[in-house]
Formats: sequence, structure tokens, C-alpha cells
Amino acid sequence: MASTATKALLDFTDVQMTFPDGTVALSGVDLTVSRGEFVTVVGPSGCGKSTLLRIASGLETASHGTVELDTTRIGYVFQDATLLPWRTVQANVELLAELHGTSKAERLAKAKEAIDLVGLTGFEKHLPRALSGGMRMRTSLARSLTLDPEIFLFDEPFGALDEITRERLNDELLKLFAEKQFAGLFITHSVSEAVYLSTKVVVMSGRPGTIVDTFEVPFDMPRDPEIRFTGEFAGLVGKISHALREGHN
Amino acid sequence: MTDDIMPTTTTAPALARPRGARGSRVSLWLPPLVLLALIIGSVYLVNFLLGKRNFLLPQPHVVFQVYFDPKNGPAIFEALLHSAEVALVGLMIAIALGVLWAIAMNSAKWVERTTFPYAVILQSIPILAIMPLIGFWFGYDFAARVIVCVLIALFPMVSNTLFGLQSVDRGHRELFLLQGASAWTILSKLELPAALPAIFAGARISAGLAVVGAIVGDFFFQRGTPGIGALISKYGARLQSPELFASILVASLFGVLIFLFFGWLGRRAVGKWYDFG
Repeated sequence: MASTATKALLDFTDVQMTFPDGTVALSGVDLTVSRGEFVTVVGPSGCGKSTLLRIASGLETASHGTVELDTTRIGYVFQDATLLPWRTVQANVELLAELHGTSKAERLAKAKEAIDLVGLTGFEKHLPRALSGGMRMRTSLARSLTLDPEIFLFDEPFGALDEITRERLNDELLKLFAEKQFAGLFITHSVSEAVYLSTKVVVMSGRPGTIVDTFEVPFDMPRDPEIRFTGEFAGLVGKISHALREGHN
Repeated sequence: MTDDIMPTTTTAPALARPRGARGSRVSLWLPPLVLLALIIGSVYLVNFLLGKRNFLLPQPHVVFQVYFDPKNGPAIFEALLHSAEVALVGLMIAIALGVLWAIAMNSAKWVERTTFPYAVILQSIPILAIMPLIGFWFGYDFAARVIVCVLIALFPMVSNTLFGLQSVDRGHRELFLLQGASAWTILSKLELPAALPAIFAGARISAGLAVVGAIVGDFFFQRGTPGIGALISKYGARLQSPELFASILVASLFGVLIFLFFGWLGRRAVGKWYDFG
């Protein structure tokens, strides 16, 4: 592990983002995500967390600084499930491979594996509108999994879900992380979700978005859902929440 | 059905039609049928009250008998068929042109900036004002009548398709862009499917307009086989009121039919994932 972890998969150096209207969304951001790392960025809404992710994915270009990405296999999970409503679960999961011109047989096999991984077997023929919010998000996850990503970018994917569904998806995401060994960059405004999922939590302050603090999360993977109720967990959540408040003021 | 209930695997298509659709069919058709009966009844009443002037509103059964009258019945249906042909040819051209035009505007901003104002102008030109010009250029036959249909039916296709193509969700677009999808892939796999509900809604409006166009065309361009509009104008001039009513009735029925047909087609095409009205 140590040898691969030395080279960062994603490397932000002094990144600044200024929008055409003059708004400075990000300023002086240094951030690395290495193999085996799951980094979560927390911050108040409007602090530029999503912009960070959009720059990492190439949807936007930083106005200043360098962004290095050492892979082309990027999974991107949006805030919404962004499923095509006219496609079944199966066809939605196959979409990305289809866009890359993968053969029908290979697409089928990849989709089957991904659908299986997110626990949607049996729902292949359903249209998105027949699914619950949680199941739509699983479909979206499965769709990204077919790319076999080395790095996964998550833009507040579970923000719109209820608490129970969210916790269950967090557990499954951790399981996927352990199994697939991808690197993760996750955006959320929930501190406990951040601590539970990550190996490292980065705290951002708003306007312009800067990184104010970084916390290593000491819990081993795979994690027991019960750690959420330990004092150590609560202590870390408290410290991060405190840093968030400080940064906000 | 609440959003978060997990559908069971065995009853997947339960969402296709709400339960009790069959039972509600009676309540769907009965009220308008009752109203129709009332209207027919009052027509008889008014006909009776008009006395000698009852040719203004002929008795419904007299109108109905026209269809079986060997002198006028077949002529009416033949004329209707001819107008239907004009309307359908015009509609197909309007749909094809409208969709292609909208695709062109969607793929290049300058095409939209340059040509969309003319789509709006096209919509604002009083069609009756340019009828003489159309006849003058294209003759007074089939072609001229079709052109009237196209002119009148084009705008809803253009504006609806363009709206549909441009209302694609930003997240969906980015999903495709992240995979480096080409403009053609985005059009064929994302924009066109997403625009289908709007395209079918446009086609339904244009279908009704094409029928209007065909009948207006019949009025002005009477060379060649007469359409139903020509018959309507002839019967009107000769005060043949039962024949006039019989002709108006089939023309209206044709308009309704074509509207229903496109509604049905739209539901067939996108009803599974979109609540097509």
C-alpha cells in the first residue's frame, strides 16, 4: 500500500476559481487524494465544494493553479441520480459503457455485475419513476461502477434522501470502497456522514472557498456501523463541527 | 403510491395504468354523451320553433340522411378523403421540416439567432392575406393546398421541438459530456428522446391546424378534385343546409379524429415514462 500511496491520483495545487461575474469561488486550494484514500470535503452551502469537484472532473477549468489527475477512469455521482427516465434500470446502467462503444455482451456483463453490487438485482426492467429515491441513487452508483473507476467523485449524492436510506447507502458505499479499492472524493454538508465514510475530512470555509482544516479519521476499514455511537466518533464530529463554525465566522 | 415504497418484482407494470381504469371508462364517456343528447334534443326544439325558417338549423336525422343520399353522400366522403390527403401530406412535411429546423437551431446558436425570428413572423402572417400569392406561385391545385397546410402547421412543431431539445436537464448533459460524447450522440441518445413528449404535443396541435389549412385551401384553390372545403362553400352558397351541416360535421369529426390519433400515438411512444395528456 505504502508504495502506491505515495503518488497522488488527484492533486490540486493553489487552485483558484473566479467566475466571469467576478465571484471568487475557490482560493488557494491545495488538496491531494491518493489511492486507498477516501477524502470528504465539508463546508457551508455555497462555499465552492461542488466547484472543486467540477474542476476535478474537468467540467470546469480552474482560473489559476494546477490540477493533476492521474487516471482517466473517473466515476462521477451527481446530486440527483440523473437517470434517463425513458431507460430501464438495465439500460441506464449500460449507458456509460454504451457511450464508450463497448460491445453489447461486455456491457451486459458489466451492468449485471454493477446491478448486483448495489443490490438491485430483479429491478433491471423497472423504469426510474417506479423506483424510490434510494434505489435511483443505487442505479446511479451502479452506472458509474461499470466504468471501473480508479477515483470516484461524489457531489452530495445522498443529500436528498431520508436518514435511514442515507445510512444504509453509506454502509454500502463503505463496502464498495473496501471491495473495489477506488479513491474517493466526497462532498457533503453532514459532518457525521463525512467522518463515517472517510479516511480524511477536509473543512472548507465559504466566500472565497478555502481549506481551513484537515482531520485524519483514525477508524479502521471495514467499519462497523456501531462506531457512530462511540465517544471517539462523537468527539471527532464535535471537533470538525467546531472547525466548521470557526471557519464560518 | 408513495415514492419510497419498494415495488415488488412480480408486479412491475402496476404503474402502467391506474387500477380501475376500466370502471372509470363509463364515467369518462357518459357525461359528454348525455350533453350530446341534450344538444340534439334542443336542435329539434329550435328547429320546431323556427317554423318556416327551419332551414337555418335542419333536423339532425335529415342531416344524417344526407350521408345515404346517392347524389351527395359519396361526394362528401370523397371530398373529405381528398382534404384528408392534403392535410396529412402537409402535416408530415410540417413535422419533418419543423423537427429538422429545430435540430439545426439547437445545434448552432447562430442558426437560432438568424432564423427563429422568421419562424415567429411565419406564425404572425395572416394566412388569408397570402392566399392569392400562394395560388399565383404554386397554382390552384393540390400543391398550393398542401403549402397552406405546411405554413399553418409548421410553427408549433418548430417551437415545441426546440423547447423540448433545450429543456434537457443540465445534469444529464454533463453526464454525457463527462464521457466525451459527441454532439451527434448527445442529440440522438439524449436530446431527441427527451424532446419526444414536446414533439408529440406539437404534432397534436399541428394536426388540428393542418385540417384547418386543408379546408381553407379548398376554399381558395378549387382546381382539380374538390375538397370538403369546396363542398362546404358550394352548399353554403346554394343554401343546401342539410348538406352543409353534413359536410361541416364530417370535417369536424376528421379534425377530432386526427387529434385523438396523435394523442394516442404520443401515449404509445412516451406514456411509459411521461404523463402525456
